[in-house]
Amino acid sequence: MDLVQLQRQLVEYRTSLYHEGFLDEQFTQLQELQDENNPDFVVEVVSLFFEDSERLLNELTKALEQQSIDFKRVDAHVHQLKGSSSSIGAQRVQKVCIAFRNYCEEQNVEGCLKCLQQVRHEYSLVKTKLESMFQLEQQILSAGGSIPM
Amino acid sequence: MSDEDIVNNNLTALVVDDSPMIRKLHEMHLKKFGLKVQVAENGKNAVDLFRCGASFNLILMDKEMPIMDGAEATKELRIMGVTSMIVGVTSLDSIFERQAFMEAGLDHCFTKPLTSENIIFLLQELNNKNNEEN
Repeated sequence: MDLVQLQRQLVEYRTSLYHEGFLDEQFTQLQELQDENNPDFVVEVVSLFFEDSERLLNELTKALEQQSIDFKRVDAHVHQLKGSSSSIGAQRVQKVCIAFRNYCEEQNVEGCLKCLQQVRHEYSLVKTKLESMFQLEQQILSAGGSIPM
Repeated sequence: MSDEDIVNNNLTALVVDDSPMIRKLHEMHLKKFGLKVQVAENGKNAVDLFRCGASFNLILMDKEMPIMDGAEATKELRIMGVTSMIVGVTSLDSIFERQAFMEAGLDHCFTKPLTSENIIFLLQELNNKNNEEN
């Protein structure tokens, strides 16, 4: 595939991520912070988001496996995940977190377990999509091109 | 205030947050506007920095942090006589909780995520503050 095709593919892919609600305006702001002095900024922040999220998802799984569930603790973790996903523009993850927190408040175990499943799913989707997008960007850079805005 | 004025400032900032991702994000946001930025991972570290004689024009303070949270740290800093602009950045959605955080001694409180508009607003406030003090 030639450079122009790759660049077009990237733009289309990125646009679809916004259309499908995987990313929102916050992600655009993130990209705007990147410059020649910090060319890997977006990838670095997203990697930190992945690390953070995986840790939180593990904590949530553990917390919800307990005999006597500490809903305050569960809520604290979801709250963190909501904050980081909103900061990066991972809109669908953020949305599930909002529902998740409501179930925590109601101390609804089944609701929480369902949300945990959903949030895991949305997280793994957005992770895959961002990784694909970064891969496309790498291909473009390796071919000597620049990333279209 | 021209764009040049906004970027050519001698302002320093401290980002206090337990999430490495948020620290990196907010640090970059501020650096983009020409501020010199340091980070701290919880309220206690922030307070210790001030105790050691450091000072900053602006503090971005997260609320939920281990060891010492944002509200406690803010109260502590005010008791110590710190007059820096302290801005809460939190994902707290309850008005009651935000009010409590403000009452700890914040100058402003923003909801996460921080935006460029928030920073521009803060820079203008800092500029006004500097002008008043001179």
